[in-house]
Amino acid sequence: MSAVLRIVAPGVLATVQDAGRQGTQRHGVPTGGAMDQFALVAANRLVGNAPDAAALELMSGAIFELRATTLLALTGADLHTTLDDRPLPLWTAVLARRGARLSVQARRGGWGARAYLAIAGGVDVPLVLGSRSTNLTSGFGGLAGRALRAGDELAVGPPPARLLELAGQRWPTQARPAYSAQPTLQLVPGPHSDCFTPDALERLRDTTLRLSHSSNRQGYRLEGIALPHAHLCSLPSLGVLPGVVQVPPDGTPILLMADAQTTGGYPIIGVVIAPDLPLAAQLLPGDSLHFTPVSLEAAVDARRTFRAWCDAALDADDALTMLRWIEMLA
Amino acid sequence: MTHSNSITWRYLPLGEAALLLEGTPATPLANRYVLALADQLAARDLPGVGAAVPAINSLLVPFDPLCITFEAVREHLEALLDHTAPAPETPTRVVQLPVRFGGAHGPDLDDVAAGCGLAPQAVVELLCGAVLRVMMVGFAPGYPYIGPLPEQLHLPRRATPRTAVPPGSVAIAAGLAGIYPARLPGGWHLVGRTDARLFDPHTVPPALLLAGDGVQFVPVIDEAQA
Repeated sequence: MSAVLRIVAPGVLATVQDAGRQGTQRHGVPTGGAMDQFALVAANRLVGNAPDAAALELMSGAIFELRATTLLALTGADLHTTLDDRPLPLWTAVLARRGARLSVQARRGGWGARAYLAIAGGVDVPLVLGSRSTNLTSGFGGLAGRALRAGDELAVGPPPARLLELAGQRWPTQARPAYSAQPTLQLVPGPHSDCFTPDALERLRDTTLRLSHSSNRQGYRLEGIALPHAHLCSLPSLGVLPGVVQVPPDGTPILLMADAQTTGGYPIIGVVIAPDLPLAAQLLPGDSLHFTPVSLEAAVDARRTFRAWCDAALDADDALTMLRWIEMLA
Repeated sequence: MTHSNSITWRYLPLGEAALLLEGTPATPLANRYVLALADQLAARDLPGVGAAVPAINSLLVPFDPLCITFEAVREHLEALLDHTAPAPETPTRVVQLPVRFGGAHGPDLDDVAAGCGLAPQAVVELLCGAVLRVMMVGFAPGYPYIGPLPEQLHLPRRATPRTAVPPGSVAIAAGLAGIYPARLPGGWHLVGRTDARLFDPHTVPPALLLAGDGVQFVPVIDEAQA
């Protein structure tokens, strides 16, 4: 299939990502996939793709050239993006012509790390273990198991029907996570509370934490607190998942993210609820965050709200609506 | 909490969308129950319940809390535990793995031998003397936790982990053996190396060794070192 997108510059890190791998964890293969699963779903739905289709996860500094006229949508962080030197509206399906140049600059507006570029038809790379997502640690999936490079070209799958009707539709503002520069992440208390001092959760709640510079897609090291183990806590390895906050003996919490190992052996003080992981995905090293412990019931309620956001009805673009009015009046 | 055959089982939430079933004490029997339960769960394919991840003495069961509640998942597991026999003590599938021990292939063999108060050859004989079991796969794609090792071979991890361990390295620590499927950082003691390919994302299943498999290490003489 012919290429739709050429990578002129990949920026900090550009990878092909989708909803990740299910059912492979017992072989030690991480879930992986988009760090911000909400922005992935939104970008895909805007261009008429299946919510879990493959898209590009971008950080600052990426430049692309379109090799064919296509419908695209950029969601997630506002990375000051232009299409042929004009500001590209975010959370919007945009018809872009062949030869157009998409330029992703850097964070503006105070928050954000990752933007998601969906193209009608979905990025077409081979399925590996049921997913198109790039596993950088082990080097498989995505495009040749690696981050995108200058000169790479990407094809897409068969585009959805009636693309023109999708152009201009917008993701409703009220159906998005509360992205912010200093998010508060809801945390269900973990199974190993007896490994920590009794005030550990309270201290975790009351501390402003900061992402260390060794943070990546596997996990974030959180500076600003030391949570010493109450006693020597040696655990047999157990299954873990993104959102788990584990504490090694040095007391520095680690928040596991999309590419986290499938098992771990450090005590778990809590687990960030899945609906709040998109907020974490939009943090960069040096950014701050808070945790707030919540009940299982509150976590399930948050998940219900999140699901409703993912299924939100899309807004028609104002200009397009006006055009339709004119057609009706004529 | 429920009990089966001297094992106490705890059911703990791991976030809103996973249940951790943990058996104590963490004996090989607890591991055999966990492996049998993982198979039973997979066979039942309960709506809203994802693929479980078995580990040494625990089972991580992901589920969609908008389809099924934590309590309902717990009740399913309790009922399954009542009717599930542990995985067989003697593995039904045994994989033979040729290993070159010592020298450049196993740079820690002499230290391990000294630490255990054994001759290097005795370490090799103990490792190769019986069929061992894959208790779980984790840490990295295709990385098997094999054991339990004979008491004489129990050693803590290395004080300083290596930043890169060569692929195929056979290592021991904490009463278990492991094999590095790829170049990875690692804190286990390297005693040998195998040419077997432990992980290939393009095969089904992608891992050579599955939890519950038997492993028989077979020493091979490296002619370059002989």
